[in-house]
Amino acid sequence: MADLITPDLVDLELSATERGQATRSLAERLQAAGRVTDLEVFMADVRAREAQMPTGIEGGIGIPHCRSESVTEPTLAFGRSAQGIDWGAADGPAHLIFLIGAPAGGGAEHMTILASLARRLIHASFREALREAPNPEAVVTLVKKEVLGQ
Amino acid sequence: MKIVAVTSCPTGIAHTYMAAEALEQAAKAAGHDIQVETQGAAGAEAIPAEAIAAADAVVFAADVEVRDRERFAGKPLVQTSVKRAINDAPGLIGEAEAAARSGVATPTADAAAPAGGAGPAPATKVDQQAHLGTRLRQWLMTGVSYMIPFVAAGGILIALAFLLGGPEVANKVNGGTFAGVEYPPVEDLSDLLVQAGYAGLMFKIGAVAFSMLVPILAGFIAYAMGDRPALVAGIVAGLLANEIGAGFLGGLAGGLLAGATVMAIKRIKVPRGVAGVMPVVVIPLVSTLVVGALMLVVIGQPIAALQSGLTDWLDGLSGSNAILLGIILGLMMAFDMGGPVNKVAYAFGIGALASGNLKVMAAVMAAGMTPPLGLALATVVRKNLFTKAERQAGEAAWLLGASFITEGAIPFAAGDPLRVIPSLMVGSALTGALVMGFGNTSRAPHGGIWVVGLIGKPVLYIIAILIGTVVTAASVVVLKSAGRGEVETETAATRAATATS
Repeated sequence: MADLITPDLVDLELSATERGQATRSLAERLQAAGRVTDLEVFMADVRAREAQMPTGIEGGIGIPHCRSESVTEPTLAFGRSAQGIDWGAADGPAHLIFLIGAPAGGGAEHMTILASLARRLIHASFREALREAPNPEAVVTLVKKEVLGQ
Repeated sequence: MKIVAVTSCPTGIAHTYMAAEALEQAAKAAGHDIQVETQGAAGAEAIPAEAIAAADAVVFAADVEVRDRERFAGKPLVQTSVKRAINDAPGLIGEAEAAARSGVATPTADAAAPAGGAGPAPATKVDQQAHLGTRLRQWLMTGVSYMIPFVAAGGILIALAFLLGGPEVANKVNGGTFAGVEYPPVEDLSDLLVQAGYAGLMFKIGAVAFSMLVPILAGFIAYAMGDRPALVAGIVAGLLANEIGAGFLGGLAGGLLAGATVMAIKRIKVPRGVAGVMPVVVIPLVSTLVVGALMLVVIGQPIAALQSGLTDWLDGLSGSNAILLGIILGLMMAFDMGGPVNKVAYAFGIGALASGNLKVMAAVMAAGMTPPLGLALATVVRKNLFTKAERQAGEAAWLLGASFITEGAIPFAAGDPLRVIPSLMVGSALTGALVMGFGNTSRAPHGGIWVVGLIGKPVLYIIAILIGTVVTAASVVVLKSAGRGEVETETAATRAATATS
């Protein structure tokens, strides 16, 4: 299995100011890396999930995600926004954006890795470290250490 | 404190696990044990039934329907959205503590969200259809598990009243003739103690507990299907089943109808503003009206017609072959245990008694005793065919059967009608035929074994009842063994449902 995230999939200076734009810019990184085959299908799947209930949670986190036919392997793209983007959480805009894609027919072992990623997001220490990360490589190392225990 | 929780969200890859982690952290921080079942895409590892049974409180943090939620029935419950668990897990754990302390299911502000907002995920729906048979049994067993204490408390009080005050205590309270003596009914309850004594007091209390048997059965079948909003329609359906004389089969139908109606209403998408009042006002109001009207109009009329038809038919049969009459009365007594068909047979026995034919009454009473006795025997000889709740009901069934309280068999029949009812009918038909063949007589309209002094040829009478009891038990064991596979799943559900009772 390839890595959950690579430095190409990290944007520490997300310029977008709106949910859809921010998601699209991160999704384009996934497409460029060959992890998303059809950008429009992927975007529609993310929007469908977001429409059920916005995925923002308190503490400045947005977690757009979907299971999609257009995703080839479990993958994560990470964006950091200095000004913040409204993601539907009650306590204000999101500064840390995690775009998670899962293959539509993904087996349980694929999903387990995403499940352990989701569990890490709860921990304030993980969030804090991501806020402070100096470069994309640091983010990748952090995710590997926290999620995969490597 | 021990907590069990289920987390579930529409996609099942992110919030389900975040909520689980948040709950685990918060519970740990507060010094509690917690087990979380994540119903997400990585596959749900079901919480063991023992852990559920041992839990002090249940937390549902779910935006889609919790799968197999019947497992958690009867536990103090805190239900909320998955996001609430992520954003405020410590607060939620605090609510779980409060729920465990008060011992009742506490709604939270978000409780309406799963009911009125996002519907069940398509995958869950398919699952539901595939296991409809299993789910049906779980619904029925939930109703049964809540009903059993009413059967036990009410039935044993009535039996004790017979024992302490003599079987005529029923007539001292309700009026009527017993062994040739006419008793006036108690008109004013404040005269109860003077007119009927302490035994009369016990009989009255037992009778009131018994009158709740069908409403509780119907109510909690509906509750298992549609949650709290369905309880009122189910209980009202059960009360109406009492009023129209539809018996426990009418209550069973009414409970299922109420649950199905609520499940159907929940599927309707409503605007956000209305969603909040759906579970509290709209669903109870609409479902109760619909189900109540169906019970009165669609079920009530045919039952009245059926009863008068059966009565005419029995009248035509009297004077023909006595053994055939015994078989028919036995079949009728065991068919619905206090329902419309049973009542016709019993009324026929009372009518015969009043006109001086004491044989019919003897057959009716014996055939009404074997269903609980046979089931009690079956729970002893084949423990593993019955749930824990059923085995407990079996202990009370000895006394109820011996006292001619046929309703003692209802918990078994309501949980598995297609196998249990035919078995009871076989045993009762045989008993009815034997009593008619032996030429037994009874001068008492009720009382069971406690009026053996009023029975003609008592030894043969007891032999007839013993044979019927053994045949009933054997039939139940044979039919239940044929459907062995399903009992396993039901056992887990019932263990959870009855853990608090």
